Amino acid sequence: MGRYVLRRLLIAIPTLIVISFVVYAILALAPTDPLASFGADPRVPPEVRERIRESLGLNEQWHVRYVKWVIAIAHLDFGYSFMSRSPVMDLIWQRLPNTLAVVGVAYVIGVLLAVPIGMISAVKRYSVFDHFSTTFAFIGFSVPTFFTGLLLIIIFSVKLHWLPFIYDSTLKITSLSTLGDQIRQSIMPITVLALFDTATIARYTRAEMLEHLPLDYVRTARAKGLKERLVVLRHVLRNSLIPVVTLVALGIPAVFGGAIVTEQIFRVPGIGELLVRSIGQGDTPVVAAILLIFATLVVLFNLLADVLYGVLDPRIRYS
Amino acid sequence: MAATDVEIARLPASVELKRPARSLWSDAWHQFRRHRLAMAGLFTFVTLVVFVLVGPLVYHTRIDNIDFTMSLKGPSPEHLFGTDDLGRDMLARAILGGRVSIAVGITSVLLAITLGLTIGALAGYFVKLDSPLMRLTDLFLSLPILPLLLVIVYLFRDSLRAAFGPELGIFLMIVGVIGILNWMPVARLVRASFLSLKQKEFVEAARAVGDPDSRIIMKHIIPNVLSPVLVAATIGGAILTESTLSFLGLGFPSDTPTWGRLLYDAKDYIDIAPHWAFFPGFLIFLTVLSINYVGDGLRDALDPRKTS
Repeated sequence: MGRYVLRRLLIAIPTLIVISFVVYAILALAPTDPLASFGADPRVPPEVRERIRESLGLNEQWHVRYVKWVIAIAHLDFGYSFMSRSPVMDLIWQRLPNTLAVVGVAYVIGVLLAVPIGMISAVKRYSVFDHFSTTFAFIGFSVPTFFTGLLLIIIFSVKLHWLPFIYDSTLKITSLSTLGDQIRQSIMPITVLALFDTATIARYTRAEMLEHLPLDYVRTARAKGLKERLVVLRHVLRNSLIPVVTLVALGIPAVFGGAIVTEQIFRVPGIGELLVRSIGQGDTPVVAAILLIFATLVVLFNLLADVLYGVLDPRIRYS
Repeated sequence: MAATDVEIARLPASVELKRPARSLWSDAWHQFRRHRLAMAGLFTFVTLVVFVLVGPLVYHTRIDNIDFTMSLKGPSPEHLFGTDDLGRDMLARAILGGRVSIAVGITSVLLAITLGLTIGALAGYFVKLDSPLMRLTDLFLSLPILPLLLVIVYLFRDSLRAAFGPELGIFLMIVGVIGILNWMPVARLVRASFLSLKQKEFVEAARAVGDPDSRIIMKHIIPNVLSPVLVAATIGGAILTESTLSFLGLGFPSDTPTWGRLLYDAKDYIDIAPHWAFFPGFLIFLTVLSINYVGDGLRDALDPRKTS
């Protein structure tokens, strides 16, 4: 097992290096000037601008800049934001709790709902419940999150005035009523995200269960007189969940990507919102940092998914 | 006696007529027709395509007819989908927007499938190329797609606009970027099918009669690999991606309506003009849903285990 993890780790490192290079190349090739905001100001004379470029190291060869950048990042130093002049890491740490409170909770709810839904609709195939959940799943992953979001806002905020449509991140939970406010403002963004996650994972769980139900070991379990409940929960579900677990792990980075849209609709000041805003402002250090963090998450969770698969299914490890 | 002779001579012919030859596709179509939701999806999708293609020929209202007295009006007989903040007719804009959205979806999927097919075929057929090409695929799979898409579109928008004009430039870029970031699942599936198919006897037979590699790949293996399910699955995703980009304000410019762009323009007015956001959003949803159902029906129809 240890050697298997080690081998997977060694593959992850070059992947990360190449990704950092791709991110750097895209940002470096782009025809935008980091000093564009100074360029518009006629009071800055050309010599001064040249000296600023010199002091920022912008005149050095691109590979020298890349190596310096990578070394800084290896020390978790992402530099300073062009706009707010504060360290990029501080900005990200400020935003992270908001993203996790919405995206994280939505994903957990999604997984907790999806597994039972998928299981029941596989066991009771073609029943009313199955048709209902299949239709629900298809709608769930066909409807764009921005449309669900806007629809919920129209219904629950504009027409019914039940829920606020702007997320207030300054809210501190001190009493029961502020806790209520927090729940009220989180309901819509969480529903939007959870709908999508539940749909995808439930569909997958159902397909996996259906693969396993007709197999011989299930018949054996039934033949030795096990109760149907135990057959489904102990035997079929356990084996079907192996690929589902890896799907759940692989989906976590994608969830952060999907949150970009949801955070935009409900004005949740999270990481996705920070990314869109920084792209609009040409704030390269922040953009680079968020891209790299997303990429690292993808690589990390790929690794985790592979290792989990190895732990849960011993046949994988030796091949 | 003569009469019976004639009858006997007729008999086999009439028996053959009762049961016409069945090919894979007629079988699949037979199976597909029994999937009611898939048929409904196919019907809806075809209707939508006809709606955006024929619409402007029948419905003559201009998309840029500004009329402030009609600003933000809800659906009425005169403007079936209502109007936007400048009083422009939303039905005309939705029709034109659908053209762009569906065109982006189909073109970028063609690009993704071509790329994925080429890379998957090379990796699956030539052992030496397998490991490097699959490394490349894994690498692309590790890229954070949506954030990267946003950055690329933002950074290179202006130079492409200068080179190809505002509409074609953005179209090429969005199609290119969606295609380049979505070929990986296709490549993986194609490679897996190639690995198993190239061991089969019919490939060996083709090699024995002296077919060159290129002919074996193009004529013998690829027709067995291509699955319409794959196409259906990716078109829906591409339409969603385009509308997401437009919704974040990083897609087409506002004078080129696409469904996502219309939603983006509408979102600041949803409290006073909900119809503006509803129609384009509903059309996106309907298109993607119908494509997904068609894909589901195709999967069932082409699955040999389910053919009865």
